Amino acid sequence: MTLAPETTDLKIELQLENGWFTVCELARLLPGRGVAALLPDGRQAALFRDRSGKLYAIDNRDPFGGAAVLSRGLTGTHQGRPFVASPLLKQRFDLESGVCLDDESVRVATYEVRAS
Amino acid sequence: MTATPEATEATPTIVLVGHGMVGQRFLEALAARGMTATHRVVVLCEEPRPAYDRVALTSYFSGKTPEDLSMTDMEFIETHGIELYVGDPAVSVDREAKKVTARSGQVFEYETLVLATGSYPFVPPVPNKDAQGCFVYRTIEDLLAIEEYAKTRTTGAVVGGGLLGLEAAGALKGLGLTSHIVEFAPRLMPVQVDEGGGAALLRTIEDMGLSVHTGVGTQEIVVDEAGAVTGMKLSDGSELATDMVVFSAGVRPRDQLARDCGLTVGERGGITVDEQCRTVSDPHVFAIGECALASDGRVYGLVAPGYEQAETAAATIAADEAEELTFTGADLSTKLKLLGVDVASFGDAHGTAEDCLDVVYSDSRAGLYKKLVIGRDGTLLGGILVGDAEAYGTLKAFTGSVPPVSPESLVLPAGAGAPVQLGPSALPDEAIICSCNNVTKGTIRGAVTDHQCTTVPEVKKCTKAGTTCGSCVKVLGQLVTAELEASGVEIDKGLCGCFSQTREELYEIVLALRINTYQDLLDRYGRDGAKGGDGCEICKPAVASIIASLAPTIGASGYVLEGEQAALQDSNDHFLANLQKNGSYSVVPRIPGGEITPEGLIVIGEIARDFGLYTKITGGQRIDMFGARVEQLPLIWTRLVDAGFESGHAYGKSLRTVKSCVGQTWCRYGVQDSVRMAIDLELRYRGLRSPHKLKSAVSGCARECAEAQSKDFGVIATSAGWNLYVGGNGGATPRHADLLAQDLSDAELIKLIDRFLMFYIRTADRLERTSTWLERIPGGLDHVRDVVVEDSLGICEELESLMTAHVAHYADEWATTINDPEKLARFVSFVNAPDTPDPVVGFVPERDQIKPDLPLLTIGHRPLEGSAQR
Ligand code: SRM
Ligand SMILES: Cc1cc2nc3c(=O)[nH]c(=O)nc-3n(C[C@H](O)[C@H](O)[C@H](O)COP(=O)(O)OP(=O)(O)OC[C@H]3O[C@@H](n4cnc5c(N)ncnc54)[C@H](O)[C@@H]3O)c2cc1C
Ligand code: SF4
Ligand code: FES
Repeated sequence: MTLAPETTDLKIELQLENGWFTVCELARLLPGRGVAALLPDGRQAALFRDRSGKLYAIDNRDPFGGAAVLSRGLTGTHQGRPFVASPLLKQRFDLESGVCLDDESVRVATYEVRAS
Repeated sequence: MTATPEATEATPTIVLVGHGMVGQRFLEALAARGMTATHRVVVLCEEPRPAYDRVALTSYFSGKTPEDLSMTDMEFIETHGIELYVGDPAVSVDREAKKVTARSGQVFEYETLVLATGSYPFVPPVPNKDAQGCFVYRTIEDLLAIEEYAKTRTTGAVVGGGLLGLEAAGALKGLGLTSHIVEFAPRLMPVQVDEGGGAALLRTIEDMGLSVHTGVGTQEIVVDEAGAVTGMKLSDGSELATDMVVFSAGVRPRDQLARDCGLTVGERGGITVDEQCRTVSDPHVFAIGECALASDGRVYGLVAPGYEQAETAAATIAADEAEELTFTGADLSTKLKLLGVDVASFGDAHGTAEDCLDVVYSDSRAGLYKKLVIGRDGTLLGGILVGDAEAYGTLKAFTGSVPPVSPESLVLPAGAGAPVQLGPSALPDEAIICSCNNVTKGTIRGAVTDHQCTTVPEVKKCTKAGTTCGSCVKVLGQLVTAELEASGVEIDKGLCGCFSQTREELYEIVLALRINTYQDLLDRYGRDGAKGGDGCEICKPAVASIIASLAPTIGASGYVLEGEQAALQDSNDHFLANLQKNGSYSVVPRIPGGEITPEGLIVIGEIARDFGLYTKITGGQRIDMFGARVEQLPLIWTRLVDAGFESGHAYGKSLRTVKSCVGQTWCRYGVQDSVRMAIDLELRYRGLRSPHKLKSAVSGCARECAEAQSKDFGVIATSAGWNLYVGGNGGATPRHADLLAQDLSDAELIKLIDRFLMFYIRTADRLERTSTWLERIPGGLDHVRDVVVEDSLGICEELESLMTAHVAHYADEWATTINDPEKLARFVSFVNAPDTPDPVVGFVPERDQIKPDLPLLTIGHRPLEGSAQR
């Protein structure tokens, strides 16, 4: 894997109710690792980037443990679905739908995200 | 709540009163026999929700929601056109007119009436038993009320030290209350265990922090002016202060409805039924579950007999001659589900059979008590297990037969001369594996061979085994594996969904081919679908650990935050600190051998004070500082590194601590300098990434004050040198270490540990401590001794040189990190607001320090089985 600094100055943006919200430079996101963003209304989003460069954003709060730590979990794929495993008690959340793969009655919010 | 429109007066109607566990099973049994298609089925359910898993009730307090506990699938109710009236109990029965009246006023005519009304908790008639703060423990509503009331209280008492009482007391403790158990009998769980078992149980329960009062009765509940509980008066004249009381003094059958309509009930309650579960008074009325007095004169308070009765009644109503089920009695085996206490009894636990013999193993210090009751001809009749109920599933299944190995070997603990463990493969096909659902070994085997089930969840679904109390799941797993192996199905021993190789095989590949990135390994050796992908949370840290253990040799960076490695590490390694429940971190500097100067203590004290951290002496002879926010970590570590401290790797699967006793220098018994040796060892192996954490200790003489025999590698001084012990473990499954070699010189000792650790790192599974590894690998300790002492594989030189390379390349991760601005930029709560702390991380004061502010964290804990690994 190459982790060469990005040559472009693309920014990561999240779709909120009133338009696209700029979070940070794309280069801040390591493939396979997340970062957390503070949203204007106080919510927190966890942003991830996979090896192919695809971006994902879900709510940062672990609904089981309550702490805002999903951005610090390990990512991976399960049956073709990208997920993050919470660092607290390891429940996995689908990065596209927010559904918990270990307990489908639980899901976290997802956000639309792009690099532009 | 769906009415079947086709239902006409002509359709025969079955009315079920009571939608509890047994009622639900009865409905399933009817449906399975096609009865729902030909009959109108009406269910009157008193509780505000349809049937749920009462057996698992207590798991509500560990995070299960009422929905999780539900046993009723609305689709089932609808597809079978069952009319379910929730919250509408039956109030009277007119047997002459064959009509049931519900509380809502609805009247239902029946052809067949089935009573499954369960039990009610018995509350002894003591003064003020209904005061505010008195509860029973039977329904979800009871638990909701207890939880609400406990919020503002500090102490709780449970009346009754039986199975349910202990569960309730554990729940109160889990709610943060100081908890008491008051039991009239001279021991806990008097029905299930005998005196010896009671003593071992008492010790374990008290060790959990519960106060037990046996041999005393409750005389009166004491209340304040407002009528709320403040305490209880006991029969020995003493008074116990408590804010709430939970009665768990047994249950009584709910037979009032039956009495009122003239059905025969037993002297001590229970609706009298025959072997078909038909009431003796009325051929149109059946009674099943805890409200029924079975033909053997007993009322069963367990779910498994109730299920059998449900099947019997359904088969009888369906007039299914092919089946002709009868219920003539059942087994009373039980296993306590309370977290942290293993108690089980099965079969003729009290040895009431004529001429039977006991085999007893007891170690009250360790809280162990095991008794088997053996018949004259060697038949296993029953038994009691306290402190270690591992063998429950197998033993229960053997009950009634002559086990193929000696009874002693079934109760002796591993390592105490117990020969080969008895596996479930030795069981006959008729042996009942799951007694809750009456599933035999043959049925389980059939699920694998005839129904193509290949996993435990599939077998559970197919056979229902393991779906109720869960105590048989372990044996179930062993059987499924054995059956798959026997039928030639290849069992996937791969590390995870991404790699078909074991950890050991991956280690060999990495080392032989000098592969030094995860992606290279995945793309070349991953499973087909996984190549080129993102991997998963299992293989990423496991491979990162292999690469880190071999870093200098394979040409990878030994720094775990470098390049790709940063993305592979578990969250703790990624921030070089341990994540705590509210999102803050703990900081543990290395204190080799537990030796620290006054200046060192002062620095730690000052840092903790300046950053407002909670401090505690750990079980590893060092100091942990808790409550650091992620953005404070670099600031804290800058000060620690300046003062000469380095990472303690409390977060890593790597060497933790080498504990020491004070040894020869001060102690009048010491024969070697244990502190110096502990420091040497800790500095030598610090930072070594391994399959699981590594712990060690050095004692200065055979008195063993450093507890070296409970460590992965432990060293005990002798007058001639050092004895090396390996494979010890504290924690959940303690194991005493085995002596590997004696009277070693310093140099010999270190050489042997180098080899031992590298051999373990090479061959162990992911998250396998040395203790489990030593028990698993073929040949065990003897094999390890051959390899690392006798060099039987000729790899010792390589093992040593790998360790030498590790030692030479060690660098403190925190020192490296605080000097690297790019890495430091990651230590923020928010990428877009680096100066803003995470508002979810909050603290409140406790005992002059801080603790996490948990009310801020909404849902509460719901641990995933077996996943809470560091
Ligand atoms: C802090 C400490 C408790 C304390 O306040 O004293 C502690 C805290 C934790 N221990 Fe421990 N253990 C601590 C000493 C021990 C000891 C005592 C010892 O080392 O002598 C043991 C028994 C000895 C042993 O390991 O054999 C111990 C056996 C465990 C186990 C069970 C391991 C096993 O093989 O059964 C776990 C769970 C695991 O690793 O899977 C565990 C896991 C944990 C975790 C990671 C629990 C978790 O998943 O969050 C805790 C991390 C706390 C943190 O964030 O720092 N801890 N833990 C101790 C740190 C010692 C240190 O200085 O590094
Ligand atoms: C905390 C706890 C832990 C337990 N643990 C275990 C265990 O580990 N192993 C084990 O085998 N058993 C255990 N049990 C016992 C097990 O739950 C019962 O044996 C089982 O629930 C009995 O099922 P049942 O259907 O006969 O009664 P219940 O499940 O009590 O159902 C009876 C239902 O009938 C309703 N009802 C009563 N009268 C009327 C009426 N007139 N009209 C309409 N509805 C009515 C009641 O409200 C109730 O919902 C435990 C019980 C508790 C409380
Ligand atoms: S182990 Fe021996 S030398 Fe060490 S403190 Fe205990 S008695 Fe003294
Ligand atoms: S024995 Fe209870 S679920 Fe199998």
